Amino acid sequence: MLNVRAAFGRAYPRAIGAIREPSWTFFDVLLPLLGIAAYIYYYRALGADPAFEGFVVLGGAMTAFWLNVLWGMAAQLYWEKETGNLQLFLVTPMSRMALLAGMALGGMFAAGIRALSTLLLGILLFNVNMVVVDPLLLVAVFMVTLIAIYGMGMMFASLFMLYGRDAWNISNLLQEPIYLVSGFYFPVKALGPWVSLIAAVIPITLGLDAMRQELFGPVANGLMPVVWELTILVVLAVAFLVMARWSLEYMEGLGRKEGRLTLRWQ
Amino acid sequence: MPPAVEVTALSRVFVGKSPVVALDNVDLDVEEGELFGLLGPNGAGKTTLIKILSTLLLPSKGSAKVLGYDVAKETSKIRPLINMVSGGEISGYGLLTVRENLWMFSQFYGIPGKVANERIDALLHAFGLEDKADVKVRTISTGQRQRMNIIRGFVTDPRLIFLDEPTLGLDVQTSRAIRDYIRTWVRSQEGRTLLLTTHYMREAEELCDRVAIIDRGTILACDSPEGLKRRMNRASTFVLDTTHFDSSVISNIAGVKGVSAEAMKEGLRIKLVVEDESAISDIISSVGASGGKVLGLNKSEPTLEDVFIKLVGRGLE
Repeated sequence: MLNVRAAFGRAYPRAIGAIREPSWTFFDVLLPLLGIAAYIYYYRALGADPAFEGFVVLGGAMTAFWLNVLWGMAAQLYWEKETGNLQLFLVTPMSRMALLAGMALGGMFAAGIRALSTLLLGILLFNVNMVVVDPLLLVAVFMVTLIAIYGMGMMFASLFMLYGRDAWNISNLLQEPIYLVSGFYFPVKALGPWVSLIAAVIPITLGLDAMRQELFGPVANGLMPVVWELTILVVLAVAFLVMARWSLEYMEGLGRKEGRLTLRWQ
Repeated sequence: MPPAVEVTALSRVFVGKSPVVALDNVDLDVEEGELFGLLGPNGAGKTTLIKILSTLLLPSKGSAKVLGYDVAKETSKIRPLINMVSGGEISGYGLLTVRENLWMFSQFYGIPGKVANERIDALLHAFGLEDKADVKVRTISTGQRQRMNIIRGFVTDPRLIFLDEPTLGLDVQTSRAIRDYIRTWVRSQEGRTLLLTTHYMREAEELCDRVAIIDRGTILACDSPEGLKRRMNRASTFVLDTTHFDSSVISNIAGVKGVSAEAMKEGLRIKLVVEDESAISDIISSVGASGGKVLGLNKSEPTLEDVFIKLVGRGLE
């Protein structure tokens, strides 16, 4: 019960933070729309299949989760250390995974609002047509994708905790190139089989590919059958969660040994 | 019953380009139910010791036990029983209200919501913060924030609480409120222990059952404030008011055990600990010889500050 309460407690400020400030409507609703609008007009100018506009809306919605994983999840323990919260979290009896799970749940809620608004407004404003082939499979892919990418974020969080600014570069490295190799706005198969298979280690790649197939059918030019992709995503989700737990334990031990869990002045 | 804190030959070295010995072979016991103070200047090793005892840092050598459990190996048994508050900390999130922040931290200890809310209400009342309960933390003053931090420490009802410079930079009224609560909390239930670090002499003297004086990672003395004062033995303490001059010359005079000079509006106020009162005439001569002028000289009763000056050879500031 302790860890359930702890996870809920840590999720609370994230969930509340997402809706307490009026500025969220501008940053989380309007700005992402501008981002996807640019890609949609490229495709329209090129006379591409209208499904590509749907790819962009879907990719724009999932971008909310990916950015949240990189900057809100992976980088969060670094910020907590900078503000002095980390040491207060670490002297408590809660499991470190409960702390990360709380961050993830709160982050999913906050990013979910942004993703949903991007998806709905994108569909309405750009007349995007989506046909759900198998709703259950789509929900399963979406949920497992979220668990896998947040598991990846949890793993990175422990690196950030100790390596701070150095690990910052990892997030930068993962942001723009992954927009390309994960096929946020186009079928990833276009990159060729080898690049797309290597990119499949990043769960968002397979998640997007599977969701595109479920929503847009054959025009999505899928990398592999959706069920295969779901299976790999399940494996990745479990692997990232296990690695996150191990990595956080190791990093906490190292931090206690080297005196790097707190800032020097704290 | 084991001591609340049992530290044996504890050392901590921060390895780097130039290694820093933060704690050097420290031995210390704090009994359950005790209000214990660690008194020392900045960089003395107080916070390092607190970090080790609160399981945030591992010792380099030696051992430390908290409530009978080893800080290196039994962290999961220690953490539910302790809490820690640091002076000037910026805990929690500015966009949450005071009450929400306190509730969030209570959840990290698994306290049921109803119990947590009852405790929060009682503590907000005790610290006069009820009217700020539903105000965002980023809008409250430093003193109010520190009162919230202190409440965060007590809301989990710990058996042992570490307060690291809890009144740092606070106004007199807020500091007094915190000290009053600390005293009441320790005495109101058997087995509650509080370990306080401070560099405010009066705070240590007023609050603590026992005080350890720490400097450069070493415990120089550990006793009750009265016991420490008795250690002054034959030493006498004087307050010397002078015009401005280089007071460092006084330290070299035979019989002088400690000197602490504070700049005042019209000159210097120098606290002197001398083993032999005959040194006073040499001191007065040296003031004149260094271009200063004696404005006043008074013999004073020994205080904890005098003990500190005698042991360390200088004042805290």
